[in-house]
Amino acid sequence: MVTQTETPTRLTLRELAKKPDRLTSGHRMCPGCAAPLVVKQVLMAIDEPVVVVCATGCLEVATTIFPQTAWNVPFIHNAFENAAATASGVEAAYRSLVRQGKIEDDNTRIVVFGGDGSSYDIGLQSLSGAMERGHRLLYVCYDNNAYMNTGIQRSSATPVGANTTTSPVGKVQAGKKGARKDLTAIMAAHGIPYVAQASPHNWRDLMQKVRKATAIDGPSFINVLASCNRGWRHDPADTIEIQRLGVDSCLWPLYEVEDGVYRVTYRPKVKVPVSDYLASQGRFGHLLQPANQYIIEALQADVDRRWERLLRMAGEV
Amino acid sequence: MSDFRALDGNQAVAEAMRQINPDVVAAYPITPQTEAVQVFSQFVADGEVDTEFVTVESEHSAMSACVGAGAAGARVMTCTSSAGLALMWEITYIAASMRLPMVMMVANRALSGPINIHCDHADSMGTRDNGWIQIYSENPQEAYDNMIQAVRIAEHADVTLPVMVMQDGFITSHSVERVEVFDDAAVSGFVGPYAANFQLLGASRPLTFGALDFYDYYFEHKRQQVEAFSHATEAVLEVAADFNCRFGRDYGLFQAYRLDDAEVAVVVLSSTAGTAKVVVDDLRAQGIRAGLLKPRVFRPFPAAEIVRALSHVKAIAVMDRSTSFGSMMGAGPLFLETAAAFHVLGRAPQIPMVGYVFGLGGRDISPPDLEGVYHDLLAVADSGDVGDPVRYLGVRG
Repeated sequence: MVTQTETPTRLTLRELAKKPDRLTSGHRMCPGCAAPLVVKQVLMAIDEPVVVVCATGCLEVATTIFPQTAWNVPFIHNAFENAAATASGVEAAYRSLVRQGKIEDDNTRIVVFGGDGSSYDIGLQSLSGAMERGHRLLYVCYDNNAYMNTGIQRSSATPVGANTTTSPVGKVQAGKKGARKDLTAIMAAHGIPYVAQASPHNWRDLMQKVRKATAIDGPSFINVLASCNRGWRHDPADTIEIQRLGVDSCLWPLYEVEDGVYRVTYRPKVKVPVSDYLASQGRFGHLLQPANQYIIEALQADVDRRWERLLRMAGEV
Repeated sequence: MSDFRALDGNQAVAEAMRQINPDVVAAYPITPQTEAVQVFSQFVADGEVDTEFVTVESEHSAMSACVGAGAAGARVMTCTSSAGLALMWEITYIAASMRLPMVMMVANRALSGPINIHCDHADSMGTRDNGWIQIYSENPQEAYDNMIQAVRIAEHADVTLPVMVMQDGFITSHSVERVEVFDDAAVSGFVGPYAANFQLLGASRPLTFGALDFYDYYFEHKRQQVEAFSHATEAVLEVAADFNCRFGRDYGLFQAYRLDDAEVAVVVLSSTAGTAKVVVDDLRAQGIRAGLLKPRVFRPFPAAEIVRALSHVKAIAVMDRSTSFGSMMGAGPLFLETAAAFHVLGRAPQIPMVGYVFGLGGRDISPPDLEGVYHDLLAVADSGDVGDPVRYLGVRG
């Protein structure tokens, strides 16, 4: 039967540095991309064996160019919109084969990685179905706010005003229209045991959330802010700092919903203006013009409203 | 010991699935396949199978979960129809390319639009180039027998391809007939245990499934799939021989009915072949040498074998319960394949051949319709003039 892992690896850099790379270096992700940081942190947080399921996207194409693979763990990519359904099949197979004694129960954890395109948009149904059915799997969305693999097209995760190739800044349009979809809230509305939002700049927070998620015998979802410096237009060296600004501006709050109970896991000492976050990235450059000031003001008001709401839900006001 | 039961095609398929006892089934209800999934759900609920049943939210996810489970190392099955198969289309291609030997029952139903729940073969014919072996069944007994054989064919060491088992929606899926159900142990003995060649779970080394192929490898991988199909014909026959040995029913690549001395022959799939047999018998009683060839395996298409079996007749009708829009004269896929086979492999001069498209959206095909086809063929044989090479049978206007 299920054996508990002896002593979990302590979440210290000294201990974590000893762990083998599950996603090896040498993959073709861009310098400055947050996605492989997210993957490494997620997989490092898990001591048990893992199977990785990955949606089509940058992470998949850049890590598995035949005949090479950067994955040192069992890995499957099926298509763009069906990572959660594919993982459902892997999980069902695991349950079935273990129950029949055909494979050993080695506590394998199933972890799914999908970008915002495959999670917020084309794969939302598949994700929703898998969550509702209660499969034991952790779905991690690395949210880089657009379809980056195809060349920076807007998704429903793209923030208002962002300049993308399908929401370009033009003479009569100032980037993406309308607010982004709140996928974390949608996942929380499924009533699954664990939902969280995280960022790779706060690796300990992210890894603790992964620990909680994978300990649960059921579905869990973590949405992780993951900059694409090509699409966000910033220096590759600034990735971590920009994630921090996103969190410190409360545009991307770090929180978790455990069995329906909301908890803010990080509260910035000083709430940074959203404009600082916007000013750090070329995709928002046009918003800094006086004519577009109203967009920043509206976004700031929206961020404030959502942050206050979160604090209320977490019982912090 | 076998048991004779009154089962419709869906129940017969569900019974086969119970006996095969797959590790994972992921399926979604759609008319007219639904009953198969419902009956199987009850087997799961009653603990009669070890199957983990994934009650997915769509057929796209059904096939996606089947791919995940198959790659994980499980024996996997599913069922669908019509729009469900169309929605799966993308992933059926991936399942085949990943060489996952799963089995899927398809209760053939017309594709929308207009929406129509009745039988034609547009759904499975629309996936004929997706890399699945395709087996067509005439009646519930054949659907049952084919499901059992399909597992062995799919998992055959020289094949490892997914298999679709077709039966005609409603006509077969919902018609109760006398079905011989074999002993559970005999079926599980026939299908045997499953050991995947490669699997995600419990493997000694981590494997990557679904890697990105560029122009430097993709073509070779496609070529390997083509070669697997060239082995599949032999595997189908090998499995059929063992099936015949154990269960006493003879299957091949097709069934030839009163064909040996036939002057005119009809080629038709599935339940219509059952109707055609009655017509053949009636015509024979009138002294007309009518014959029938019912393809069982459409993929791989047994071109040489069909040409050989029909090489002595004076005229051939190939009947399609689907069409291929914009094809040569609106002919259906079975006609196009058969005509191509005779063009490449047949003797000269060519045997006159007529294509018929019939029964779309469940339009009934009756014995008099088929008698008419045979009489058409007699006229063609007499005159040597094909006339209209492609005809639409039973359509108004």
